[in-house]
Amino acid sequence: MIDWVSDLLFWIVFGSILLFLRGRRIFWTVGALGMLLLFNQFFTPGFFHLQVLDGHLYGSRIDVLNQGAKVMLLSLGMVLVIATGGVDLSVGAVMAIAAAVSSRLLVTEHLPAGFAIAAALVVSILAGAWNGVLVAGFGIQPIVATLVLMVAGRGVAQLITEGQIINFLDPTMVYLGNGHLFALPFTLTLVLLMLGLAFFLVRRTAVGLFIESVGDNAEASRYSGINARQVKFLVYAFSGFCAGLAGLVACSNIKSADANNIGLYLELDAILAVVVGGTSLQGGRFYLVGALVGGLFIQTLTTTLYARNVSSDISPVPKALVIIAVCLLQSESFRTRLARVVRPSERVLQPIGSRPPQKPITMTSHDSTES
Amino acid sequence: MIRLNPKYIPLLATALVLLAVFVTGSLLYPNFGTPRVAVNLLNDSAFVGVAAVGESFVILSGGIDLSVGSMVAFVGILIAKLLQVGWDPFLAMGVALCVGTAAGAVMGGLIHFFELPPFLVTLAGLFCLRGLGFVIYPESIGIDHPFYGQVLPQLSILVAPKAVLPFTAMCFLSSVVVGTFVASFTRFGRNVYAVGSNENSARLMGLPVGRTKITTYALASFFSALGGIVATFYMQSGNPASFVGLELDAIAAVVIGGTLLTGGVGFIPGTLMGVLILGLIQQIIIFNGTLNSWWTRIVIGALLLVFIVLQKLISRGGDRETLVAAK
Repeated sequence: MIDWVSDLLFWIVFGSILLFLRGRRIFWTVGALGMLLLFNQFFTPGFFHLQVLDGHLYGSRIDVLNQGAKVMLLSLGMVLVIATGGVDLSVGAVMAIAAAVSSRLLVTEHLPAGFAIAAALVVSILAGAWNGVLVAGFGIQPIVATLVLMVAGRGVAQLITEGQIINFLDPTMVYLGNGHLFALPFTLTLVLLMLGLAFFLVRRTAVGLFIESVGDNAEASRYSGINARQVKFLVYAFSGFCAGLAGLVACSNIKSADANNIGLYLELDAILAVVVGGTSLQGGRFYLVGALVGGLFIQTLTTTLYARNVSSDISPVPKALVIIAVCLLQSESFRTRLARVVRPSERVLQPIGSRPPQKPITMTSHDSTES
Repeated sequence: MIRLNPKYIPLLATALVLLAVFVTGSLLYPNFGTPRVAVNLLNDSAFVGVAAVGESFVILSGGIDLSVGSMVAFVGILIAKLLQVGWDPFLAMGVALCVGTAAGAVMGGLIHFFELPPFLVTLAGLFCLRGLGFVIYPESIGIDHPFYGQVLPQLSILVAPKAVLPFTAMCFLSSVVVGTFVASFTRFGRNVYAVGSNENSARLMGLPVGRTKITTYALASFFSALGGIVATFYMQSGNPASFVGLELDAIAAVVIGGTLLTGGVGFIPGTLMGVLILGLIQQIIIFNGTLNSWWTRIVIGALLLVFIVLQKLISRGGDRETLVAAK
């Protein structure tokens, strides 16, 4: 009975959010998430079940928020990197390094948790800065420059842990990934804090404008006096910082640092989250909140597959199909082809197929006001 | 004075690194330079090598193929399963090659027709093939077909005393030969270089860009599938969970082999050398015995870095030359 009411309430809130967002870029991402949830509402028993234990909320939707925190944190850094026209493949490896550094300092060196966390974050910022130097300093293609750390990073992480899986029980470290704040997982707070920081950085200072202009046209922005190198260096360092946080959360989740498996393939999830969130891989415009919702979408998909007893080995297949579908829908040439094939329903498809720019694009309108 | 064409400098650097690594190994360990180790090296890196030849084509065309590792694992489990239900091994291999090539053509088609980024499409291919492998059979299947047990060991050549060149190594070497021929001496190969150098120019020249791109991905997947078959010779089993991250080794081998990741510049024999360098580093670490396996990743990463910076410096030098020429 209570479940039924809370579900209805959830859908009313979700629907009104969707209604509020109509006509904006993020609408499609939120809509896709909504479709997935709607499917679960009817076909996955127990997905919408919420319960309160020891004053904390539990349920599949809370799981999505908690487990999705890693991808959401990564996607915050990744979206800025992609906005400059680059990509950071090394975030998974940086996660492993951060986990290795923190647990090594904590367990082997017996240092306080605060120090271990701070050191891990500093190391991951340095790892990001290394990428930044390669990309901005040497002018190497981002996909190649970050490949170096992607290959070597896991080796470095294993060097730090000496090939062992380090287990820890320190309450501060365990709280990071498993604790609760205001009845919700602490990781959610962490994500919101990082979103706030990123929002402040890119929407309250000129950095966001610089990032978009560098991604749009690096040459033109250089002529207009923007230090493209500085901007690129900054976004890679920030991506490293986000990856470090995600790595801490990941190792805290399982209370151990496994350099081989922490963050494996998560760089791909993060890139997907950004793409699903509406940011083009070509660079330029970026959507911070879109990337977060994209991360939620991917985690919901994963959780849905688990909840429907799809083996974790087979789950990549539907994931791949969804990726292709989303990419196709965003592809301009696919939309025009589709519009040509389905001519009778042209009027319905027009908003997707050939969305005309209603007003001249202004650089200051970002997440809030989109065409 | 012989003036070296700048496009051969990365190849030369690769050859020097290969020589340096080999000499280092020989000086450190007395048995390192024997033919037997060389043959083992070819045998151990055969499936990576075959896959890397395909990867070279994609990178030459300016794209990237991330589905290599999954394809090798998928083909392995497919063949193992087909043999288990009593298929003829040649029929099974033929089916595996066809399925692999078709998958590559589909990826190429998505990349060309819908202008999707190659690394996203092949990433989806990675997920898809990995999952499909588990759909076929979720665990490792051993192959005990008489062809694998009795015929294959005889298909080898005694190249030196105590050194037998196995069939896997022959597959590897012949792939390199075929790859070199296709890349350097066919119309398709020249189209690949042209598309990789500048797609727009290639289109304006009237080259069949779309056909070339789709064929390139199909060819790369063909080589990956062949690598999967070679891997079943090597492992005598198929396992859907194996070869995670093989694509990184293949890409690293191609880059260390002197192929520019931006496309358009590189040679297939360079890839052979790149694969051998990776294999030699692994051999040295095995010979040493006290070094841990993660040093392999770090050394490969460091080598990648050196080669990427080298490529950057060379292409910068090239730019300067053209600038001077323009003035």
